[in-house]
Amino acid sequence: MPTREKVIFEYSQPGRGASDQWPHYVGVAPLADLPAKLRRSAAPELPEVGELEAVRHFTRLSQLNFSIDTHFYPLGSCTMKYNPRACNQYAMLPQFLARHPLAPESHGQGFLACMYELQEMLKEVTGMQGVALSPMAGAHGEFAGVAMIRAYHRARGDLKRNEIIVPEAAHGTNPATATMCGCVVREIPVNAAGDVDLAALKAAVGPNTAGIMLTNPSTLGVFERGIEEVARVVHDAGGLLYYDGANLNAILGKVRPGDMGFDCLHMNLHKTFSTPHGGGGPGAGAVGVAARLAPFLPLPVVDREGERYRWLTESEMPQSIGRLSAFMGNAGVLLRAYIYMRLLGRDGMRAVGEYATLNANYLLKRLRDAGFEAAYPERRAGHEFIVTLRRQAREFNVTAMDFAKRLLDLGFHAPTTYFPLIVPECLLIEPTETESREMLDAFVAAMSQILEEARQEPERVRSAPHTMPVRRLDDVRAARHLDLTWTPTTQH
Amino acid sequence: MSNVPADLKYTKSHEWVRTLKDGTVEVGITDHAQHALGDLVFVEVPEAGRAVKADEACAVVESVKAASDVYAPLAGEITAGNPKLSDAPETVNSDPYGEGWLMRMRPAAGAIAAAGLLSAADYSQVLAAEGG
Repeated sequence: MPTREKVIFEYSQPGRGASDQWPHYVGVAPLADLPAKLRRSAAPELPEVGELEAVRHFTRLSQLNFSIDTHFYPLGSCTMKYNPRACNQYAMLPQFLARHPLAPESHGQGFLACMYELQEMLKEVTGMQGVALSPMAGAHGEFAGVAMIRAYHRARGDLKRNEIIVPEAAHGTNPATATMCGCVVREIPVNAAGDVDLAALKAAVGPNTAGIMLTNPSTLGVFERGIEEVARVVHDAGGLLYYDGANLNAILGKVRPGDMGFDCLHMNLHKTFSTPHGGGGPGAGAVGVAARLAPFLPLPVVDREGERYRWLTESEMPQSIGRLSAFMGNAGVLLRAYIYMRLLGRDGMRAVGEYATLNANYLLKRLRDAGFEAAYPERRAGHEFIVTLRRQAREFNVTAMDFAKRLLDLGFHAPTTYFPLIVPECLLIEPTETESREMLDAFVAAMSQILEEARQEPERVRSAPHTMPVRRLDDVRAARHLDLTWTPTTQH
Repeated sequence: MSNVPADLKYTKSHEWVRTLKDGTVEVGITDHAQHALGDLVFVEVPEAGRAVKADEACAVVESVKAASDVYAPLAGEITAGNPKLSDAPETVNSDPYGEGWLMRMRPAAGAIAAAGLLSAADYSQVLAAEGG
């Protein structure tokens, strides 16, 4: 493993650069038409390095990464599966790359056809009647969904409905979304088996209920078995059901949210439909709706008339919640998701759900056999599962975070730690369908080794990582003293 | 085993309540709660004058592991939020029942009786049932 890479400013030498590659302006000073008051008086503090130094610096940084291309990445809830190269290749066709978003419809029929077909395929795979593609991340899609639920109630003159019910096993973004949309969050518990507490749900619904936000399989990694009853209770109370598509990978091609009674959902295309993500994006949080919410879909939406594709206009969708992004959102991500779906087809998508759950259940079984405790031992896993290390924490004083750090030494990206919050000392493990059995076995071997170390030489685990460019970072100090800027020193 | 002082009242959601001489109450999170959260890096306390219902989320404690709401153990009016915690959230870890208090409240009429607070012994049983 390489050692720590310096900050690029530390390579800086006055006057060094690659100026031959700057644009050359002939005759006109490029700043001439900027008013003086808008121009800066001093040059910005930028690193001055040659092209080769810059290339080496960023290449070395990239080699410090854990990535799907280099490591098993079982980061629960994030679906870090392999991104097929073909999706990237086709989305990078010059005809797509060179398309200007303001070009007339007649010049972008190919792109529009892809977007229209993507809408149609997503409707089919989720059991929804309408789809809009532009939200640019999962939370953005959630915002669109809850905004549509609110718009629906308002359009009916049902102005009191401002409460969103959120089970405690929900994604943390769900209560945040409801709050951002001006709703009040009512949290309800799950029972010991991980299902929604139906008595608490019945007590929570009423004339103020706008809807419920559910992830299924839930963040506990288990399928919500009472979903039909949940849907009946919420619908009888006049509320709508929102499906958080974060865990759609588990049921892809097998069960459709529309058939479970959901009225609205977002899909994390960057997760389930395998576009590169992590490190902040780019994502794509397309939304799907049942017929009664279709008038409220965010624009843009692509329509087809005969063989021609076109954007629906605002006058055709007067009740739309509006635009949530510039142009078509993260159009390049949408294209990759479209190509992924076309490559897999119906049978391939069914195999995604099957192998994602098979891999998770295989890994869960083997880890339990190796001495790890499942948080929900009576339940079959969805596409991910939770191991709790509360016993190891008590007996060996070795925590989930220590295990996570030690895994880095052994060549694995750590699973999600300390989430969901309701399980102590937990690891949320999601292998995805793209890992081989050999890789899953290697992960079990690494976990077993760490468990043995926790027994025999716990300090080795507590002080991990030992082989990374940096040792254990002081995350508490970093959070208490936020300092994200590097200040140039007086080196020149 | 976490510290559960006998002279305080508790909630199932891991808040403690101390009745002060003037009839107001002081509220914080228990030793068990601070230990489960880990080192706190951010604490948000309510402003004086705010009226809260029982079980209403009114403060936030955040560690590097988790962010968690703190609920009003009873109905009443906030008389003070602990001003020291914005600069020194770690006080809640080091002294959860003392300097790490979160807020003071004036209970609404009958609110203490209505709140169904737990004794130290009952709260210890809650912790035992949670495997803590």
